[in-house]
Amino acid sequence: MIVFFIRRLGQSLLVLLIVGLVAFSMFRFVGDPINNMLGQERTQADVDRMRVELGLDRAILTQYGIFLKKAVQGDFGVSYRQGRPVIEVLAERAPATLELALVSGALALFFGIVFGMYTAIKRDSFIAKSIMTASLIGVSLPTFLIGIALINIFAVKLELLPSFGRGETVKIGGWTTGFLTRSGLIALILPSITLGLYQMTLIMRLVRAEMLEVLRQDYIRFAWARGLKERSINFNHALRNTLVPVITVTGLQLGSIIAFAIITETVFQWPGMGLLFVNAIQFVDIPVMAAYLMLISLVFVTINLLVDMLYFAVDPRLRVSGGKG
Amino acid sequence: MISRISSFWASDIGWSFRGSPVAILSAIMVVVLLMAALFAPWITPQNPFDPSELNLANGFSPPLQENPFTNDFFVFGADNQGRDVFSTILYGLRISLMVGVLAVAFGLVLGVSLGLIAGYVGGRVDSIIMRTADIQLTFPAILIAMLIFGIAKGVAPIEYRDQVAIWVLIVAIGLSDWVPFARVVRGAAMVQKNKDFVLAAKLAGQGPMTIMFRHILPNAMSPILVIATISLALAIIAEATLSFLGVGAPPTKPSLGTLIRVGQEFALSGEWWILFFPALTLLMLALSVNSLGDWLRDALNPSLKS
Repeated sequence: MIVFFIRRLGQSLLVLLIVGLVAFSMFRFVGDPINNMLGQERTQADVDRMRVELGLDRAILTQYGIFLKKAVQGDFGVSYRQGRPVIEVLAERAPATLELALVSGALALFFGIVFGMYTAIKRDSFIAKSIMTASLIGVSLPTFLIGIALINIFAVKLELLPSFGRGETVKIGGWTTGFLTRSGLIALILPSITLGLYQMTLIMRLVRAEMLEVLRQDYIRFAWARGLKERSINFNHALRNTLVPVITVTGLQLGSIIAFAIITETVFQWPGMGLLFVNAIQFVDIPVMAAYLMLISLVFVTINLLVDMLYFAVDPRLRVSGGKG
Repeated sequence: MISRISSFWASDIGWSFRGSPVAILSAIMVVVLLMAALFAPWITPQNPFDPSELNLANGFSPPLQENPFTNDFFVFGADNQGRDVFSTILYGLRISLMVGVLAVAFGLVLGVSLGLIAGYVGGRVDSIIMRTADIQLTFPAILIAMLIFGIAKGVAPIEYRDQVAIWVLIVAIGLSDWVPFARVVRGAAMVQKNKDFVLAAKLAGQGPMTIMFRHILPNAMSPILVIATISLALAIIAEATLSFLGVGAPPTKPSLGTLIRVGQEFALSGEWWILFFPALTLLMLALSVNSLGDWLRDALNPSLKS
């Protein structure tokens, strides 16, 4: 267990170091950082001072070290476009993305399990077959088209829901939340459906496949023979045994939800980190791009590590093979 | 040519094709869209990017109605500058398909070469290549493509940005989708490299390049074909998504994604056709290529069925 853990931790750190190197090279070699930070009316003295201030006069490897040290402390430099520390801008945008991801994840999990169970238990019914076909089409649709379709139906045609923004938000400490106002909650509906739909179909198909497998087992037949209620068999005996793979897959999908939020946030002009990243690319705001890259890598690597640990805890076969993983 | 078609028709795959209405429909759709894109300059009533052919009085003409001022008629309507939406779609389809096909070709060449080397040479080379693939696979392809696009935008001089955008897009999407090719080819290479015919080729004095590409590669052809088709659907969607986000094809050379991005602004004020028809075209393209890929996977290798 310890060996396995240390090895996986080492791998994760290596990945983060490589991502850090990419981010550092972006910052250092894409364009001239001094040119980007100082305005048109600069003197040579300004340039020299800035060069020393940023440490650009030192050896490349030392610069990389300093970059990493600052990054660990949360110092990603100053945004070229907004002239404020990147970490401040990111912290301001993070609640919007996290709330959106949380709601979409919960929606995807809930409806994924409900539809998955339904299509497995009533697998020959017309509704179940329709759901399966719809999910096949849904998987091959681009996310942004789904978002646009929802906007045009519910915001433009029916005028029921807002087409962009977060609505009113309430500030609690450093965290702005849309959960506490009516307009904030309404604004969440369309974006979270758009973002959660793909994950929902994935979870649904997984639950269905696992349920079909479990429902054929002897202990289910035995439960029927004991005269247990259908509800109790489906939920207590069958569903419970499908949950381990569902939880791990959902965990792995959490990273994708945050990454795909880039698309959803752009469609709905949702003021989160994804929209910030897209704008940063459009305006070549390298410090923001680099910081977002490192942040999202940290999220991905952490989630992968946790899921691997979970597998290890759940599946004893991995332990026997000496933790080769 | 005719004999080849008839032999395809009689083969196992041809049999499976005839039995699948979805596959036939998708194939027809793909061929129609492909032809429309190829022959766009001859089919379209106007070149939408030649200002001399546009008439501003045609701006916002609704579909299937004669414009009261100019008496012009547009099947899919006209946009704010009096461009025929049907023409912009066919020209956009050209860009979308070109980027998709070239990006997959790039990813295929890269992935197949790296996969062959990894599987055939083995050892340290193998672990470096496959580790890189593992790391890349933990990040969504769209994120990697965006990042490459952003870096290239920072490196390219401002006056060339629009011109190189399409090529950057191809490289960015290609670099983000080489992993599946490399994995399947590596697997095939590891199985085949110890077989007798490879040994015989070695004894006959053939070099590693010949052995890899002429003796080992043909054994992995059918999975490569399947992955290429599915990758094409993904690449078309990725291109459309990037262009929609404003980090892809520039407005001077719009792809379907760019057209949808532009059309969305007008849809909010009621001119729905500028958005609807490009979106519908993209939908049909993505769906038909995707179902063709699904069918091909099931037909060539039933064990891959998900």
